[in-house]
Amino acid sequence: MAKITFDGIEVEVPDGTTILNAARKIGGSVVPPAMCYYTPLKGSGGKCRACLVRVAAGSAKDPRPMPKLVASCITPVQDGMVVENTTSQQVLDVRKGIVEMLLINHPLDCPVCDQAGECDLQNFAFEHGVSTTRYEEERRTFEKIDIGPYIQLHMTRCILCYRCVYTANQVTDARVHGVLGRGDAAEIGTYIENALDNDFIGNVIDVCPVGALTDKTFRFKQRVWFTKPVNAHRECSHEKCSGHVTLWYKGKDVLRVTARKDEYGEVKEWICNECRFEKKETADWVIEGPAHIDRSSVISANHYELPVINPQVIADLPESTVRELEQNPPLKLGGPSGTSF
Amino acid sequence: MGRKLLTEHVNVEGIETFAVYRKHGGYRAVEKALKMTPEEVVEEVKKSGLRGRGGAGFPTGMKWSFLAKPEGVPRYLVCNADESEPGTFKDRYLMSKLPHLLIEGMIAGSYALGARTSYIYIRGELLYVLRILEKAIAEAYAAGFLGENIQGSGYSLDLHVHPGGGAYICGEETALLESLEGKRGNPRNKPPFPAVQGLYARPTVVNNVESIAAVVPILNMGGDEYAKIGVGRSTGTKLFSACGHLNKPGIYELELGVPVEEFIYSDEYCGGIWKGRELKAVVAGGSSVPILPKELILKTAAGEPRLMTYESLSDGGFVTGTMLGSGGFIAMDETTCIVKNTWNFSRFYHHESCGQCSPCREGTGWLEKVLHRLEHGHGSMHDIDLIVSVAKQIEGNTICPLGEAAAWPVAAAVRHFRDEFEWHVTHPKEATQPGAVYRGNLVMA
Repeated sequence: MAKITFDGIEVEVPDGTTILNAARKIGGSVVPPAMCYYTPLKGSGGKCRACLVRVAAGSAKDPRPMPKLVASCITPVQDGMVVENTTSQQVLDVRKGIVEMLLINHPLDCPVCDQAGECDLQNFAFEHGVSTTRYEEERRTFEKIDIGPYIQLHMTRCILCYRCVYTANQVTDARVHGVLGRGDAAEIGTYIENALDNDFIGNVIDVCPVGALTDKTFRFKQRVWFTKPVNAHRECSHEKCSGHVTLWYKGKDVLRVTARKDEYGEVKEWICNECRFEKKETADWVIEGPAHIDRSSVISANHYELPVINPQVIADLPESTVRELEQNPPLKLGGPSGTSF
Repeated sequence: MGRKLLTEHVNVEGIETFAVYRKHGGYRAVEKALKMTPEEVVEEVKKSGLRGRGGAGFPTGMKWSFLAKPEGVPRYLVCNADESEPGTFKDRYLMSKLPHLLIEGMIAGSYALGARTSYIYIRGELLYVLRILEKAIAEAYAAGFLGENIQGSGYSLDLHVHPGGGAYICGEETALLESLEGKRGNPRNKPPFPAVQGLYARPTVVNNVESIAAVVPILNMGGDEYAKIGVGRSTGTKLFSACGHLNKPGIYELELGVPVEEFIYSDEYCGGIWKGRELKAVVAGGSSVPILPKELILKTAAGEPRLMTYESLSDGGFVTGTMLGSGGFIAMDETTCIVKNTWNFSRFYHHESCGQCSPCREGTGWLEKVLHRLEHGHGSMHDIDLIVSVAKQIEGNTICPLGEAAAWPVAAAVRHFRDEFEWHVTHPKEATQPGAVYRGNLVMA
């Protein structure tokens, strides 16, 4: 076991744990963001540099600070390590720079992107980025490519996290796509136009942190925050498929099926293509109940009652403010006595 | 003229053949090494104070002693011959003229590290050098210096040459190993370091061509004797590939410690700046090290004469110093436009970035685009600060040192030649005339 201090919080984790996973044990706002690291995928991480942290003391034996910021997702902890994440201004500044770098060639087409609302890059930029850009040049663009019957590749949005490459390598029988080209001309591709259609390939949609790989059966059907996630399962004949899924409802219709994601957006149980693309009737599934969605997520926005304001407070407000509230109510007003505008 | 340890016999007719090389004292180092224990060979290299000749200047003996040696697991020595830094061409020269010197160094090095199979990873463009090396290796096999039971010592070694696909990034040691394994040449995350998990996840040492070649004179003359050459911690001799606006560009083997001024102006070496012009700036160690203006390359900030050593060139840090790097010495005369030159360098890094980690993939392209704008008279003052800021965002935040290599030259050019960048902004018409150069920052002799 190794004891480390992360942002002033002590935590004890087994040897060989990465700094990021130690921080996730603490949880909450100290956890560094991760755009490319994906716990179930071996070899992932270290690429996006979003999770860079400062190691103020290397270990109890050698308490010198590390000369550069390190990627917390791949750096193992040492006993006595002192790590600074949100407590280091340097880390916060660098992270702002990483957002900028990731966004300069991103199309920022969130209004028409299916991933909006559950996009890691969107959340990352919202939390750590700035609202303006210093980039004036032309952005890199690619043509949309249909890769197979289920998946569309929108390379312009890709941040080259390599997650889908690792998924195809480790979860499916054969990988037919990879990264071609280098530098900012690098792209996900199949070289000779190949279809991504083997059994577990649908999982690349779930692991994609942005809207580069989207589900063709769901494209442009609905904004995710208007749909309602429900956990369900079925007996799947495929031996590797867990059959544990989240169904995304709009009214009575199942618009899409995804694997279940944990609080860090990671899929722990892979599902097969049949469960994901073919079973879109409630009758196919055993419903378990509403899926947990983080309160801060935009997907939660329509699923909760608006906060209620005490009428006593309203009585104390100046009349002009009350009139303004009447015309443009940001909150639902009401109370036990049934006062309501 | 100082002593020459590597290139002493370089002009001998037929030195690339085994027979002639052997006649001039070749393979004595191997014979000597095979009589020593591997530990003694490592100790000898440690004593010599030899520092890596590929750019970073890490002590070679120390690198060798870091190699993990688990029982029953093969170890590898890999020679990094993927020399592709703009301004550096020493390894190509060494390999094409003296292939047996490298092979001899590889045998001695592999013996010291206990490697039974070793590789020379050569840049794909150097196909003719590859042919020379393969011919030399075949000769060495025939003479019993490679293969089973070398010279009856019981030690066996196989040596392979592997050509790369011509990517600069494959000169980074972990990207080189990936490429050698047949994968895409992306640098690996560290740790684990190659000394623990390198080629095929086995302990591996990756050394530059010149470092490995330098093992031969070290063994021949003894580590202590080798350490006496040079100044302080910069021991021995080093090849410098001088290029640019010099009267006599070319490869020079120097005892470390020659003053920079002597190297540029003495007739023994580069013979001064061509066409009787003034020196404007020097990039002392290949395109990735910071550029220095004339007054800082000849003398340190403290007014001491600058010497061709690791320490002296980096005196003053990056504020007033640079690095020895790989020894690619690029001299620029008064007609050189620093903005154009910086743009050219960053175009190279943009092209060669592997695209794996985001600061380098996006940042190198951004730098190039803004520098292109500045060079072509469309820039603003704000752009000058922008490139400094972008360079800072790349530096230190990437997986491998290519990020720094792309950021340093840009930051240094603005640091030392800011007025020239500003002139491009304030005088766009003049600046875009063919051959137009800002001369306000020249130091006249």
